[in-house]
Amino acid sequence: MLEEIRIKVENINFFYGLKHALVDLNMDIYKNRVTAMIGPSGCGKSTFIRLINRMNDLVSHTTLKGRILLDGKNIFDPDVDVVELRRKVGMVFQKPNPFPKSIFENLVYGLQIKGVTDKKVLNEKTETALRKAALWEEVKDRLNDSALRLSGGQQQRLCIARCLVVEPEVILFDEPCASLDPISTRKIEDLIVELKKDYTILVVTHNMQQAARISTKTAFFLLGELIEFGNTEDIFTNPKDKRTEDYVSGRFG
Amino acid sequence: MGITDKIYKYIFMVIAFSSFIFLTGIIIVLFKEGLPVLSSTGIFSFLFGKSWYPTATPPEFGIFPLIMGSLIVTLGAMVVAVPVGIGSALYIHEIAGEKQKMFLKPVVELLGAIPSIIFGFFGMVIVAPFLQNLFNLSTGQCAFTGALILGVMAIPVLCSIAEDALSVVPKSYREASFALGANRWQTLWKVIMPAAGSGVSTAIILGISRVMGETMTVLLVTGGAAMMPKSIFDPVRPMTSTIAAEMGEAAVGGEHYHALFAIGLVLFLITLLMNMIAEYISRKYRMKLGMDV
Repeated sequence: MLEEIRIKVENINFFYGLKHALVDLNMDIYKNRVTAMIGPSGCGKSTFIRLINRMNDLVSHTTLKGRILLDGKNIFDPDVDVVELRRKVGMVFQKPNPFPKSIFENLVYGLQIKGVTDKKVLNEKTETALRKAALWEEVKDRLNDSALRLSGGQQQRLCIARCLVVEPEVILFDEPCASLDPISTRKIEDLIVELKKDYTILVVTHNMQQAARISTKTAFFLLGELIEFGNTEDIFTNPKDKRTEDYVSGRFG
Repeated sequence: MGITDKIYKYIFMVIAFSSFIFLTGIIIVLFKEGLPVLSSTGIFSFLFGKSWYPTATPPEFGIFPLIMGSLIVTLGAMVVAVPVGIGSALYIHEIAGEKQKMFLKPVVELLGAIPSIIFGFFGMVIVAPFLQNLFNLSTGQCAFTGALILGVMAIPVLCSIAEDALSVVPKSYREASFALGANRWQTLWKVIMPAAGSGVSTAIILGISRVMGETMTVLLVTGGAAMMPKSIFDPVRPMTSTIAAEMGEAAVGGEHYHALFAIGLVLFLITLLMNMIAEYISRKYRMKLGMDV
């Protein structure tokens, strides 16, 4: 498959107050690839992906310099509609965060706020999304149960389905397995690899084995800087930077 | 355990259980002093009798006009307090910036700290004459004035409890909603409010019991006529102000005296019920959010 650039990050600098959280970031994110962000806690990897759907807009006292181009268009341009951007760039969070509503209501939320009311459309899209998230078989008979009654792993897949319903093109995963058991983790990982066919995917992870298992490209962050970025295989077997080597071989982190 | 440890333990135990002792004492007295009149007048004619003439011969003890007085004032007060109290909570929690929040929160708390007698004479001296002129009433001391003043008094309770309910809603719901492309209002109405809904209803119910039990203000501003109100502009005499106004004159141990205790008992049972409902709802709410009860 030809590599096509979907997102171009250009000279990004980001500050929380006076703290320089991201330093001179430049990288390309490819379409239909899983790009993993690895690095120790506080290295800026979560901050970085939260820029791509502008979730950091919700945090006050921040400063941003630089551009992120999505399909050639800077997402920080004043004429960009954040709502549109977030429909195009979905996000799955570290801790499963279903709404305290039924499974069905969780799924259709993203459509209802868009103004979709047609019951048939809602039902169809719900089913499609749940199937894609490999959850349909487990919940099809209890769509009206509270989403909070599901197990942690199921909740996380529900959140993935909820994100898929609005038909995004890019999906950001912020440590999606951090609070899950190994079996649920495995399911989510398989799912991410499966989703790669249709979406551009970014995954933040603490877990280097996970990055190695699911990603095509890996970015190693340290103290807000992008130390090394390349094919996952190269990063893990043949890192160019000493710091990358130390980190992936478990010398610190 | 050493002997001093034991002494401390029991001292604190007595302190902690003192509320329970006070509560039981009050309940026993209310029942003991209130029940005689219920048996002589009959529960039904006491609760639903339309005439309250405690000093006539023979006296009549029907508290329905007093209940209606309390009810109409409470409902009116809620019409004022619910939108303002909850609206303020929403604004303070969701919209106001840090600076406004730092200003508004203490202001609302201060409003709640004003003694009710001050609300009472403010209502009597300023609001009542003003409303009398404005609506051309025979007296400004009526249910409407009472409702208005009590409504303002209930705002702090409603606002702070509703704000607590909003702040318990996990931040992750908000993030999830925004990440799906919702704007601030959709997030507020469709995610935050439903999640805080039962907490907000608790706020309303506790506001109701606060207003129901308020005495000083209603005594001063509602006119004090123990008649069935025909409109919100009629003077009324809610249950609390009846007790406050008449207890001094009732002969200790007489029928009137017992009747006033019985009103107290009714009032106590109503507020108890309200508090139980509030507790029940907030318990369900915490379970819904998956918290330990």
